[in-house]
Amino acid sequence: MEMDWIWGLIGGLLIGTGGAVYLLGNGRIMGASGIIGGLVDGSGLDTKWERLVFLAGVVLLPVLLMPYYGSVDTHVTDNYVVLIAAGLLVGIGTRLANGCTSGHGVCGMSRLSLRGFVATGFYIVAGGIGVIIFRHLLGVI
Amino acid sequence: MYLVIAFIAGGLFGAGLFISGMTDTTKVQGWLDVFGNWDPTLAFVMGGAMIPMAIAWLIRNRRVTSLVGTPLPPPPSTKIDGRLVTGSIMFGIGWGLAGLCPGPAIASLTYGGPGLYVFVAAMLAGMIFAPALRARLDRPVPAE
Repeated sequence: MEMDWIWGLIGGLLIGTGGAVYLLGNGRIMGASGIIGGLVDGSGLDTKWERLVFLAGVVLLPVLLMPYYGSVDTHVTDNYVVLIAAGLLVGIGTRLANGCTSGHGVCGMSRLSLRGFVATGFYIVAGGIGVIIFRHLLGVI
Repeated sequence: MYLVIAFIAGGLFGAGLFISGMTDTTKVQGWLDVFGNWDPTLAFVMGGAMIPMAIAWLIRNRRVTSLVGTPLPPPPSTKIDGRLVTGSIMFGIGWGLAGLCPGPAIASLTYGGPGLYVFVAAMLAGMIFAPALRARLDRPVPAE
């Protein structure tokens, strides 16, 4: 749809506003992988309620918005081998790199963090090459 | 108070991911697929998100503590190590394979279907396993 970029921009502004509220309100960097990872590996249990309430907001708002959209198709593949491999790579990779699209991308690059730019450069190039290999050469996605 | 702020921040994040279309894996893979039918949406999402965030970082420089009184994050580390590069490459490949990163995966929990649960379960398993791998790659483990 040709209007997608406008919704992308509006959604992006909301995402950035969320990051701004989390930073200035609670002194936290809004990184999804760090917030989730700290809960499951036990390293962030001292702030577990803050993390859980944040994630509750992430899950709940799409539920509240859904009636205005009717239905939304996420087009998640039904190839479970691909999903398991992808999930493991995302889980391990983001925790090794200490960040994902939100932490390194949105929060890191907006403060001109060198690590943010390096991480984002590598995951975008790796993702692009991955799509070329797995879609165009191997045809599995 | 800090829980109210956390909920508002999470809500804005979730609403933004939903409205921007970033929970649709075809839009993410479409952006990465420069040799296919390229979809520029993700660049607008990232650009849009960085505007309020950059302003917040500028405000941060003029403040000592957050609204609730906790310390604000210190200036970013400039350490570029193997962990950052290896982890980012692994993340990128997984991101391209499924079209999902951690934020949108959580945002679409209620409507992503069974495939999404498989992805999230594997992602959480990877996150549980990561500290052991991290400890082997370098020690002492640097604080986040």
